[in-house]
Amino acid sequence: MSEEHYYLELCENPVQFENASSVNNVFFDEANKQVFAVRSGGATGVVVKGPEDKSSVAFRMDDKGEVKCIKFSIGNKILAVQRTPKSVDFINFIPDYPHLEFSQECKMKNASILGFCWTNWNEIVFITDQGIEFYQVLPDKRSLKLLKSQSINVNWYMYCPETAVILLSTTFQGNVLQPFAFKVSVVHFVSNGSYGQLYVMYLKHHSRTTDSPCAEVILYQLPREGSCKKTNVLKLNTTGKFALNVVDNLVVVHHQSTQTSIIFDIKLREPDCALNVHQPVLPPRSIHPYRIPLTGCLTCSVCSSSVSGYQWYLQVKLPPTVNLLQDKGKLIDFLLRRRDCKMVILSVCSQMLNGEDKGSLPVVATVFDKLNQVFKEYLEAEQTYTVAMESGPSRGSTARERPVRTQAVIDQSDMYTHVLSSFTEKKDVSHKFIIAVLMEYIRSLNQVQITVQHYLYELVIKTLVHHSLFYMLHQFLQYHVLSDSKPLACLLLSLEGTYPAAHQLSLDMLKRLSTANDEIVEVLLSKQQVLGALRFIRSVGGNDNISARKFLDAALQTADQMLFYTIFRFFEQRNLRLRGSPSFNPGEHCEEHVVYFKQVFGEQALMKQATV
Amino acid sequence: MASGMQEKQYTPSLLSFFVYNPSFGSREGEEEKKILFYHPSEVEKNEKIRNVGLCEAIVQFTRTFCPTKPAKSLHTQKNRQFFFEAEDSFWIVMVVRNPMVEKPNKDGRPPTIEYQEEEILVRLNLLHLLFLFNGTFGRAMEAGGVELLMQKLDKFFYRYLQTLHLQSCDLLDVFGGIAFFPLDKMTYLKIQSFVNRVEESLSLIKYTAFLYNDQLIWSGLEQDDMRILYKYLTTSLFPRHSEPELAGRDSPLRPEVAGNLLHYGRFLTGPANLKDPEAKFRFPRIFVNTEDSYEELHLIVYKAMSAAVCFMISASVELTREFCEQLDGLVGPQLTLLASDICEQYNVNRRISGPDKEPQFKFIYFNHMNLAEKSTIHMRKTASVSLTSVHPDLMKILGDINCDFARVDEDEEIIVKAMTDYWVVGKKSDQRELYVILNQKNANLIEVNEEVKRLCATQFNNIFFLD
Repeated sequence: MSEEHYYLELCENPVQFENASSVNNVFFDEANKQVFAVRSGGATGVVVKGPEDKSSVAFRMDDKGEVKCIKFSIGNKILAVQRTPKSVDFINFIPDYPHLEFSQECKMKNASILGFCWTNWNEIVFITDQGIEFYQVLPDKRSLKLLKSQSINVNWYMYCPETAVILLSTTFQGNVLQPFAFKVSVVHFVSNGSYGQLYVMYLKHHSRTTDSPCAEVILYQLPREGSCKKTNVLKLNTTGKFALNVVDNLVVVHHQSTQTSIIFDIKLREPDCALNVHQPVLPPRSIHPYRIPLTGCLTCSVCSSSVSGYQWYLQVKLPPTVNLLQDKGKLIDFLLRRRDCKMVILSVCSQMLNGEDKGSLPVVATVFDKLNQVFKEYLEAEQTYTVAMESGPSRGSTARERPVRTQAVIDQSDMYTHVLSSFTEKKDVSHKFIIAVLMEYIRSLNQVQITVQHYLYELVIKTLVHHSLFYMLHQFLQYHVLSDSKPLACLLLSLEGTYPAAHQLSLDMLKRLSTANDEIVEVLLSKQQVLGALRFIRSVGGNDNISARKFLDAALQTADQMLFYTIFRFFEQRNLRLRGSPSFNPGEHCEEHVVYFKQVFGEQALMKQATV
Repeated sequence: MASGMQEKQYTPSLLSFFVYNPSFGSREGEEEKKILFYHPSEVEKNEKIRNVGLCEAIVQFTRTFCPTKPAKSLHTQKNRQFFFEAEDSFWIVMVVRNPMVEKPNKDGRPPTIEYQEEEILVRLNLLHLLFLFNGTFGRAMEAGGVELLMQKLDKFFYRYLQTLHLQSCDLLDVFGGIAFFPLDKMTYLKIQSFVNRVEESLSLIKYTAFLYNDQLIWSGLEQDDMRILYKYLTTSLFPRHSEPELAGRDSPLRPEVAGNLLHYGRFLTGPANLKDPEAKFRFPRIFVNTEDSYEELHLIVYKAMSAAVCFMISASVELTREFCEQLDGLVGPQLTLLASDICEQYNVNRRISGPDKEPQFKFIYFNHMNLAEKSTIHMRKTASVSLTSVHPDLMKILGDINCDFARVDEDEEIIVKAMTDYWVVGKKSDQRELYVILNQKNANLIEVNEEVKRLCATQFNNIFFLD
């Protein structure tokens, strides 16, 4: 199978660590994504490796027994080590603080500690078989303060560092899951296109209700408040051993015997079911490059193999999905929810407009509508934010966060630059299709009330003019499909040579803009319509500010003496009205016109100063 | 009251109409060969030859004064002759009797007849229709010689001379304009999208035109061709179909079911009923782009409620039942939906603009650039007459003003006080003409001028129309 078909891959630079052995214990901390290799209980060294080099640390500690669990607090401030079932030891890693270990026993009598999780740089939760205990660590005093505790029978637990939620399996039968939420004081969880919801996934090897022997994954949504509900069922369509990951909001299910993986997007709705039952988005594929059997997969985007000493980040490769998902609408829905989707989506757009597997117009329309819907939602969020900021932060207790512009927001300039401008240059595509696509995009923008940028109109006009489809252009303008703007009016004016009606269209547009009166006067004067220009400027009440010289020059050029007389007289009257004298001011530079007037009509024809 | 004592008015009427080509019978004794068509056909042969000869002579004679512009018409006391060289050496002549008034005399003396010398608003618009349905004379000659040409002319003029109503010709016939349906941008874009999609899935379709309420919304044809097609649709095809509808016969409001979709689509040309096993799939053929590419096309007109779409397909393709069924299945449901969309949008817009914006003015507007016409004077057009809400005398004044405008290139304004308390105003700004009829008994010139300014400000504020 060619490499293009793998849509899951391991990152190029795995975290490498000494493999687990009798002298070397390996631990993984999901919260900080760190691997701990503890040699001889720490006496010969502890090597910590994180996703980035700067989070790697190496140190030694005394061997005080076998290490059961080891984790840094957030920011590598304090190290917590569990060696016994009753207590956890702490070591300060803050500079200038005493480096000596201190220890904390769990409060409950006869309880044994199942594990612990850091919820902050100095806050930690112990999970014991009898309940949970929430402490604040005081590194300077080398002691802990109990903040809260809760008594409950615990079989096992899970911790979600992103939301600081601990899920406990309680009751004797182990059939109840109890979530505990902790306040997230450090936001390391950016809602970057994430679904922002917490789910509990549970794998059911075969469904009891149906006779289907296949396994399925059941998702329960865990809201911060309110009760939890069963929301999604993922059909695995096979049996065997599975491992789960969540990458880029996708549930990845690895099947051990076939060494393939499938992905599910719980937001791709199957509309007719109340409870969403999902089939895999894409056909099963192996992870690329599939080097080692996965022995430990964890419910985050990390695959690790403690036996071979590698830890990888699992990544979803979007470009291959383009060819694996035939339904373009579904493909776009899928891509819009992925993190690095922009260029892939734009390439899908280019692809559907060119080449053999060109999409039909309804498909093109569907894709445009989906993109513009996301674009619109972002614009609206931005607008709401701006309004909220302007009205002052005092009102409304919730300080709004500025909406994040994810890659899924594809605006007009993206479309223009990456898709449309090159598409309209294509020689092998019929102009009918090009125009239909451009109109479809404009329709789609209008449908969600997004103002269309004038460069899109220019693209339409350019294409129409190139194929001499002037009557079509005329009709579009007549129905104001191409909205008015000064650049567009100027473009039309330039077309007058090839299409005379463009002159009228342009003047109409300038008139409607109502801010382009000067331009209208210029256009009319250039056409030697001096009287028309004067009548126009008078009708909009601007005749007191216009330059007499400009009009007299234009009248002179027409070689029409009566016209010149009329225009000259008009300005004499204006002078009289504004300044009480019909003569021109020196600043108006009309001397030569006065000379010409006297020459043609005689000195006595000049308007007389009104006698007071 | 003795009706015999009253004046009797005669409207203009068609005396004769003929087509000839002088080069076809240049030899002595073969003059009859020149005549390709003659109406009325029962006229004696020698008289036909004489009349044709006279016209030939007039044209030939006047040519000596101006070789580039031959005579267009000859006015005499009783009638007028219009000459038109449709193509090289192909002449069409129409003779119209002037309108006249018969004044009865006392004592049994024969009545006095007064011929009225005024502009008769006749343009040979139907010639364009001729071209639309038959292509050019030259092409017909190439295809089947004089025989075919004469057949075509016979068939065409027989029908069209019946629809030539000289007495009801008015300004709108002179303009030969197109009424555009007012529509918001979004609905317009939806129609665009519909047209593009249909053309994509039925790739045989070369051109599409979209109309609503007999008004144009979109034309894929060039302006000149659309103008003629529009004329044909609105004065001939649509009225023919709306009259039975109005009479309650053959009700179109019987929905068809295509798949599981109800729709009201039907063919106005071609098969009346797709389910009829005997149905014929023949459509009228039209000729477009006669200037350059010269295309012969099938004309399919399909209608759902008030929306009508013309699909034009190359005549070299044979249209089958399968194609028509496919078109019906695809277009019918979509067009039905679109038609109700447009109707709804139109009503919303009307409600927003309110009744006070409804024109109290009677006016006719025409733009030479896009041929857009708008009239609040004309009621619904039918096949036979165009109904107007003003007196024919006023319509005549409009015609006179139009003739004055045609003589000069510059912008003009003409204000006329008619005999009957009416004011008639004509304005020309660049390529646009506006005619307004005001009924204000005691208004003076200034007030009328102000009133027209007001009209322009409300009705035409979105175009550049100089006051």
